[in-house]
Amino acid sequence: MTANGAVEHSFYDQVLEATPEGERLRLCLQCGDCSGICPFGYLMVHPPSRMIAHLRADRFDKVLDNDTVWMCVSCYACTAVCPAQIPLTPGLMARTKEELILAGNVPAELQSALENSQRYGNPLGESPRKRADWVTGIVPEVKVLGKVRKEVDVLWFVGDYSSYHPRVQQVTKALARILNALGVDFGILGPEESSDGDSQRLAGERGLFEMLAEKNGLAFGKYEFNEIITTDPHAYNAIKNEYPGLDISYPVRHYTEYLADRIDQLKPLLKKEVKAKVAYHDPCYLGRANGIYEQPRLILQAIPGVELVEMAHNFKNSLCCGGGGGGMWLDGFQWEKAHVRLSEWRVNESLAAGAEILAVACPYETPRFEDAAKTVPGAAQILVRDIAELLDQAMGN
Amino acid sequence: MNNDVYVVIEHLRGQVAEISYVMLAGARELVKGYGGSVAAVLLGQNARGLAENPSPTSGQYMAADKVLYMDHPALSEFTSDAYQKALAGLVSKDQPRAVIFGSTSIGTDLASTLSMKLNLPTVSSCSSFSADGKFTSQICGGKIMAQGDLPGPTALVTMVPGVYKAEQGQNSQAPVLTLVDIPPLDPLRVTLAGYIEPESGDIDIAKEKVLVSVGRGIQNQDNIVLAEELATALGGVVSGSRPVIDQGWLSTSRLVGKSGKHVKPKIYLALGISGAPEHTEAITDSDTIIAINTDPGAPIFNIAKYGTETDLFDLIEVLTSQVKAAKGG
Amino acid sequence: MNIIILVKLVPDLVEELAIDSSGIALDTTWMRMIINEFDDHAIEQGILLKERNGGVVTVVAPDLEGVDDVLFTAAAKGADKLIKIKGDFIGANNHALARAFSAIVKELQPDLVLTGVQANNDLDGSLGPLLAGCLEMPYVGYISGVSLGDGKSRTRKEYPGGLIAEMDVSLPAVLGIQAAEQPPRYVAVSKVRQMMKTSTIEEQAATGLDMAGGPSIGRMFQPETAQHATMITGSPEEVATKLVAIFKELGVL
Repeated sequence: MTANGAVEHSFYDQVLEATPEGERLRLCLQCGDCSGICPFGYLMVHPPSRMIAHLRADRFDKVLDNDTVWMCVSCYACTAVCPAQIPLTPGLMARTKEELILAGNVPAELQSALENSQRYGNPLGESPRKRADWVTGIVPEVKVLGKVRKEVDVLWFVGDYSSYHPRVQQVTKALARILNALGVDFGILGPEESSDGDSQRLAGERGLFEMLAEKNGLAFGKYEFNEIITTDPHAYNAIKNEYPGLDISYPVRHYTEYLADRIDQLKPLLKKEVKAKVAYHDPCYLGRANGIYEQPRLILQAIPGVELVEMAHNFKNSLCCGGGGGGMWLDGFQWEKAHVRLSEWRVNESLAAGAEILAVACPYETPRFEDAAKTVPGAAQILVRDIAELLDQAMGN
Repeated sequence: MNNDVYVVIEHLRGQVAEISYVMLAGARELVKGYGGSVAAVLLGQNARGLAENPSPTSGQYMAADKVLYMDHPALSEFTSDAYQKALAGLVSKDQPRAVIFGSTSIGTDLASTLSMKLNLPTVSSCSSFSADGKFTSQICGGKIMAQGDLPGPTALVTMVPGVYKAEQGQNSQAPVLTLVDIPPLDPLRVTLAGYIEPESGDIDIAKEKVLVSVGRGIQNQDNIVLAEELATALGGVVSGSRPVIDQGWLSTSRLVGKSGKHVKPKIYLALGISGAPEHTEAITDSDTIIAINTDPGAPIFNIAKYGTETDLFDLIEVLTSQVKAAKGG
Repeated sequence: MNIIILVKLVPDLVEELAIDSSGIALDTTWMRMIINEFDDHAIEQGILLKERNGGVVTVVAPDLEGVDDVLFTAAAKGADKLIKIKGDFIGANNHALARAFSAIVKELQPDLVLTGVQANNDLDGSLGPLLAGCLEMPYVGYISGVSLGDGKSRTRKEYPGGLIAEMDVSLPAVLGIQAAEQPPRYVAVSKVRQMMKTSTIEEQAATGLDMAGGPSIGRMFQPETAQHATMITGSPEEVATKLVAIFKELGVL
């Protein structure tokens, strides 16, 4: 599966064509900032700057012959820091992974996540019919649009892990209670919702992403609503930045943006104190990729008793939890190479910041950080809570 | 034509497989209604001893009323072509009421081929029979059961273990062996070139009957030895979930889970394992899952048959000593 | 080398199964049909043999929901010919399938026929040996390795406990695949979509589906499953005693 000269030239052109501002690849200074800031750059045989060097030297076959590109978690650190503003993450990294997938070089865990996404519309391999099972016990009842067939104000795009993963379902339920308490007129797609596809796209499966996006587009088209909110920053990123390219355009916000807008309505409901030092982890796809830093902090500071502390890597420099770009499904592979998890680094940072609660806003993070907290020495006491859960707690639930 | 139930005995390298006795137990149930006798069909070379001598493990004999024995070099070890031809001759001549095969690498090579060749009905994956001639089979990963009357004139049946125990297919009486004519077996289209032994070395947890599995709750490497003592006492081995392997406390060959092995032991004892989907998908085929976890909400309790919230560190040594005492050791 | 791979579509066990109103068959309303996992391995093994020895790989499947995707995916992996058998296959048993397949196989005159060693909905035997019976070809099942020689194939047949028998099988033959020599490869969605545009699925009609040879089902039902573990309480000593009793009951002590 080695590439030849022909592949490189068309590869070059394909990256350029497929990515907005892909021509910027030609402006690479070989400064190495990307490779330096990459959390796993030290483990990659070909970190981003070296990949570009090989591409230019007509030796991209060397990159394709190696599997260390799967260490990339699509955290956007390289893209954010590049002085030439090359779209490294969605362009170079995703495109290289795509080449590997086409050649059949896919780690087994990732393969089954991709196959599950294709067959069941979610990477976990759960039945699509059970996607809204989490709603039991929520009063007033959560409207599943396929059953209710009414116009709603907000379509809440729930997401895969938020729908199926037992730990993350707790976050979803908390958010449902908050939306109900605020009197938001919302509905969910339930079984008609497919994975947003963003992580699959960044893991190199462009075709799969388009297939999932098309399905969601069809589902959106069936119903009347004014805007979309998402639990997941990845879904937010996809619907905001990628779906319009497929003619699927809707106003979309992450739930922290939506709630920040309603902070005056929310504050009176936050009656119970949550007395703790809280470190907020900026998710890659909310922060670095989409510039949303203040709204989640605003919400946290509205909770009585919360003392916000900042970790060493924050805002644009936030450290990825390791779940993006397929990382959720490359755990075994990445562990074999690194013997350390990004989530564990992060938990250490929260400890160093004196945090009692590590607050998150992405469904990948709650299980990842909780797992890390169990193995990091001294971290057994740290609580990992999604912002929605802290609000829910402050509301007295 | 007769009302007998024939059982195709499975043996490899001089050892009778346990499924043979399970089949005999099933056959004994069927003949209660049919009124015929149970005939063990033994194909081999110089293999009479497998039926005429007691089993070295149990000291018992096959619980068959008679043994029909074919002796031929081409039958000395199982090959599908020779065995299929031999049985085709026997079954079309005798026309028994039923022929039972194991749902195994041996039996499934034979039953369906004979069904087409001899134009006789076949039923697969039977776990039990009733005296009034009904079969019960399980399909769809054990999620669906099918029952019906065993078809005639001769039902070719494959059996799975699970309902009858091997002891029910054994007794203390040596059966009478009759030498039976062998139909032409040439040309032999399948020949055995040789056997390849399994690698001895580290344990294959997928083949173990008892697994004592540890999760994060074991807390550190030094505590693994407690699990090992319990495992040894129960005749099993230690396995673990991902974080335990990642820490290097157990070798990768002991990993149970999505990126490790799928296991189906008789007993899966889960110590301090929460039951995340990536782990539980690899253990759902276990016969009995017993979960020990201080968190009453741990998802493992939804798939375990038995559970306890007792702290594993309070329990494990007490349990190990009680197990040893029960064994008389 | 002319290799044919026969594929069954079976109920996906991820979805909940239900019995229909007749009480003797599965309710197909919500049933998702997917490729039989072992047939997926058969396809992989067939493609590996083609990559090693050259030849033509034909994949044949019955007309059930999802079959086109299964066939195009096989093409994306390297299958040369795709055949869909037309007919009403819902409720068809393996005897009917074997007879329908054998008519086509006879025409194609393969050297080797591969199919999965079993499928989750097999109640009347498995497809491979039934087909071998129809075609009067030798059959060996539980295969985890195949190499091709002159007029014969050296196969690895799996027995319990990790024991393997090397069997030489004269061709043409039917092999029941337990596992391909490597896990079924991944195929990018874009590749499958490309195949949908560039490959064609040949359709052949099944001449009546003859189900004779299967059992009559009197009753189909779902066994009871426990929803939650039976919890054992008490002091550690008491809990240990109860567990020992359970171990004895299960035959482990």
